[in-house]
Amino acid sequence: MERIKLTIDNKPVEVEAGTTILEAAQKIGVHIPTLCYHPELRLEGACRICVVEVEGLRNLVASCVYPVADNMVVKTNSESVRRARKTVLELLIANHPMDCLVCSRHGECELQDLSRQLGIRQVRFTGGKRDMAVDESSHSIVRDPNKCVLCGRCVRVCAETQAVSAIGVANRGSSSIVTTPFNKGLADGPCVGCGQCINVCPVAALREKDDTERVWGALHDPQAHVVVQVAPAVRAALGEEFGMRPGSLVTGKTVTALRQLGFDQIFDTQFAADLTIIEEGHEFIHRLKNNVNLPLITSCSPGWVGYCERFYPEMLPHVSTCKSPQQMFGVLAKTYYAERANINPANIFSVSVMPCTAKKSEAAREEMQSSGYRDVDAVITTRELASMIREAGIDFANLPDSEFELPMGMSTGAGTIFGVTGGVMEAALRTVAEILDGEELPSLEFQQVRGFAGVREATIRIAGQPVRIAIANGLAHAKRLLDSIKAGEAEYHFIEIMGCPGGCIGGGGQPLSTDPEIRMHRAAALYRQDMLKKVRKSHENPAVKELYRSFLGEPNGEKAHQLLHTHYQARSRY
Amino acid sequence: MGLIRSHVLVCAGTGCVSSGCKMMQEAMQQALERHGLSSEIKVVETGCFGFCKEGPIVMVYPEGTFYCQVKPEDVEELVSEHLLKGRIVERLLYKEPVSERAISLFNDIGFYQKQQRVALRNCGKINPESIEEYIARDGYQALAKAVTQMTPTQVIEMVSESGLRGRGGGGFPAGRKWEFARVAQGDIKYVVCNADEGDPGAFMDRSILEGDPHSVVEAMAIAGYAIGAKQGYVYVRAEYPIAVERLSIAIKQARELGLLGKNIFGSGFDFDLGIRLGAGAFVCGEETALLTSIEGHRGTPRPRPPYPAVKGLWGKPTLINNVETFANIPVIILHGPAKFKSIGTDTSPGTKVFALAGNINNTGLVEVPMGTTLREIVYDIGGGIPGGKAFKACQTGGPSGGCLPAELLDTPVDYDSLTAAGSMMGSGGLIVMDEDNCMVDVARFFLEFTQDESCGKCVPCREGTKRMLEILERITNGEGVAGDIELLEELAEVISRTSLCGLGQTAPNPVLATLKFFRDEYEAHIYEKRCPAGVCQALLSYAIVAEKCKGCGLCKKVCPVDAISGDLRQPHTIDKDKCIKCGACVAKCPFKAISR
Repeated sequence: MERIKLTIDNKPVEVEAGTTILEAAQKIGVHIPTLCYHPELRLEGACRICVVEVEGLRNLVASCVYPVADNMVVKTNSESVRRARKTVLELLIANHPMDCLVCSRHGECELQDLSRQLGIRQVRFTGGKRDMAVDESSHSIVRDPNKCVLCGRCVRVCAETQAVSAIGVANRGSSSIVTTPFNKGLADGPCVGCGQCINVCPVAALREKDDTERVWGALHDPQAHVVVQVAPAVRAALGEEFGMRPGSLVTGKTVTALRQLGFDQIFDTQFAADLTIIEEGHEFIHRLKNNVNLPLITSCSPGWVGYCERFYPEMLPHVSTCKSPQQMFGVLAKTYYAERANINPANIFSVSVMPCTAKKSEAAREEMQSSGYRDVDAVITTRELASMIREAGIDFANLPDSEFELPMGMSTGAGTIFGVTGGVMEAALRTVAEILDGEELPSLEFQQVRGFAGVREATIRIAGQPVRIAIANGLAHAKRLLDSIKAGEAEYHFIEIMGCPGGCIGGGGQPLSTDPEIRMHRAAALYRQDMLKKVRKSHENPAVKELYRSFLGEPNGEKAHQLLHTHYQARSRY
Repeated sequence: MGLIRSHVLVCAGTGCVSSGCKMMQEAMQQALERHGLSSEIKVVETGCFGFCKEGPIVMVYPEGTFYCQVKPEDVEELVSEHLLKGRIVERLLYKEPVSERAISLFNDIGFYQKQQRVALRNCGKINPESIEEYIARDGYQALAKAVTQMTPTQVIEMVSESGLRGRGGGGFPAGRKWEFARVAQGDIKYVVCNADEGDPGAFMDRSILEGDPHSVVEAMAIAGYAIGAKQGYVYVRAEYPIAVERLSIAIKQARELGLLGKNIFGSGFDFDLGIRLGAGAFVCGEETALLTSIEGHRGTPRPRPPYPAVKGLWGKPTLINNVETFANIPVIILHGPAKFKSIGTDTSPGTKVFALAGNINNTGLVEVPMGTTLREIVYDIGGGIPGGKAFKACQTGGPSGGCLPAELLDTPVDYDSLTAAGSMMGSGGLIVMDEDNCMVDVARFFLEFTQDESCGKCVPCREGTKRMLEILERITNGEGVAGDIELLEELAEVISRTSLCGLGQTAPNPVLATLKFFRDEYEAHIYEKRCPAGVCQALLSYAIVAEKCKGCGLCKKVCPVDAISGDLRQPHTIDKDKCIKCGACVAKCPFKAISR
């Protein structure tokens, strides 16, 4: 590769040809502010915040897209650069509501950060501002075009990472907006509610539907018996909201915080994850033995299920009929738990804390009422739980640890790793292999299925038979995998698909970041937790065994089917 | 077929179609039949003559008699007098605006005398739907010469040697662009013709496609040969239905004769063309936005580099030139670069087509050698300003251009002189303004256009032009404040230096240019709350000058809101509370007694 020598702010730097000025500057510690730039997405060069001066060029250039050239002399802080950058930012701010004090992204806003960094002290432009309706049609995502800075990051992540394209830019000039097909509500388009757009949005133009007030309402209601479940990926990320290092495992602190918030029973979604493995494992064994509807595809991720319903309805028979752990938990909380605790299920308010925005829509699906009530009453994201903890004045980072309640707080390491791509597959293999082989596995770590590549595949020998498996994370990768199956280029027995990059740890409800490195830290935390667990196989979870013995009967049996399984339907995209 | 003794050319360009040439032509056919002349006189539909103001235009050969504004009811006389008896119908001839002298011959008309038609060489001369007529005018000889006698490098050398610069606005040397595309690595390459003509009032590209589509087809095939492309696309506005239709016919005819398709002229060179319709976004005239649009995406520009020559359509090396640039190519290849360079100036050889519009007697399409002065265009070709008004400014370069004042009327029109003077060539719009034009309002008008047509992708163009427009609207509404001019200047500087594409980079030009030459008008608006040209309504205050008023009462009669009162032969007065500033009284007053 050809090497290029240039100077940036009088510092020499040598980089490969094709490098952008921004990347070259980052190499030598020169910080250039950016806005529309996102390292994971296609380059846009639209916001012009990152403009720099290149000697010999009349115009300033966008450093995020401009390639370096030999002997180039770049200035990132000349007078004209500073002036231009500030004016461009001032123009952006002039068309922004500036309601920072009451904004959900206050303190976490890139526009605010830029304004502070560039020292904007006044906005001289006083004309019109965008004034449009806020789209609250979706259970998962709120879209506020008035706050939008049109950086296009959401549009790109939705198209490139998720292959959904639920939003795009419409109109021209200052009437440009990010909107949905035919300006319908997000709920009436192809949106699957994954929330990746929220994670890349620099402002509060995209945010989760806030359900914290409903949860507070239940907590303050003396009649309500409020139970809560916590998804695995939450404990690997919640600490970030309180200044803790990415990858900090905060399971015990989370339980303590929830108790302090006033929840009556604090349970673990991982219990239901173990249950899912039993049900899905038996479903897989059944399909494998009878060779029907293979490959079996997991159904834990509501982003993926929504995608399949809208984009690959012909694949729906392959999707496991198992409800997701959240919904299995929900139905059991109002049946099994209610019975055991002798509580009228009508008085139970069931909350789930999820790394996911699509879970909010999942809980609202009309078929999710097998208990006779809405199975999960409210879903809050990791971020929303953090805001409740802040509001309650709880010093999270210094909380002591405490334990989940029994029986639905008991879980295995297999349930823990549900939170990371490949984890459901690994958990299922631990159970399926032992059932089919009839003997204990020598090693529980299926390294073949771990990692972060978008699509991974492996062949595992179970009971002497090769079982072809595949794993996809991020819907664009899922699309690639499904297309190869449809084209007859690949054949599998079992597939795990997670809607978000990295699986749930990279979910749309997690602390704001799309940094792959942070995702890796979160994943490592879950694998660490798995190693620390005494029981690491779902079928060995004593609480789950007891559940079958005293309540459900046989895996995939009649009662299990009635409560724990569901169906899907093709949905129109437009 | 008998001998045709006379040809009647009827202009069928969009301008003349709009003024009813089709009905007139039908009447002509009928009249010829009635008089038994159909076998000896042939009616030919041609492309644009350029003198759109005088349409529908009819030209009778071999005499070369030029008839204007011919209506269906004039046809009988024209046939019976001129075609039957050989007597020129004087009343249908063109009359010089000042002398009122009737002129019968095309070449004697001032409008045409200083023109030199290279790009428009066949417009108004041939039937654009007949490939035979194009071939009869040496058509496709340049392509034959290129592919059978020249190497691609020789073709590009010839284009480079000619000094031809891009006619779409940038003025980039065509030969260099071709060479970049030729040396670019890639198995597949494309030639693209930019026919997304978007400047308000400019229609040279449309006229070429309507009047001489084969010249573009031929040139694109030559370009394909030169850079190694097998496929070309013409991106043309869907609002140009006649151009699209004639171009489609031309492509079909060329295919039938083997001038497009496989193994052209037996040389082994393959080339074909497709048409892509644009939906009318101004920004799609920007080359990268155009390519993005062809690819089926929202037409927004992409950052350069990489330039289209390296990474263009679908990521492949792509040569993109506009219609007028291509129209010059066959002439250069066939007659050599020296002949082309003999026209025009050293740095801007050849001719340029302008769309003359505004407060000028002869509006239409004119093609002049580069270096012709604005004064020659405005007065000799354009016939000066109507109504004896004074020339105020000349807007060149479309919405991205600038306004030049009377002092700069002797500026020669070529790329460098116009830029040096503070305007630009652009694609060739030329709008003449007289003393009744307010330059602040003109700037506001152009900015309204660009801010509306901004694609919205980059912040400075999307948000900046909106704020500039708001400031200009304030000023023209009489709400300008101290500091507005400076804020406009600052915004203009930032927008032009930081915008993603040419649209944004040039959007502030109308403001900068009017500030440069007419700053006093801005100041009058802001500080004295006065519009010197009397255009900005909010700043007008109508009053009757008692000393001049004869009390004739005409103003009182014409006032739609009864704001004027006064007795006969006594000075009248205007009630300012009632007055809606419509200006009807000013227009009516025979004594110029009403001030504003």
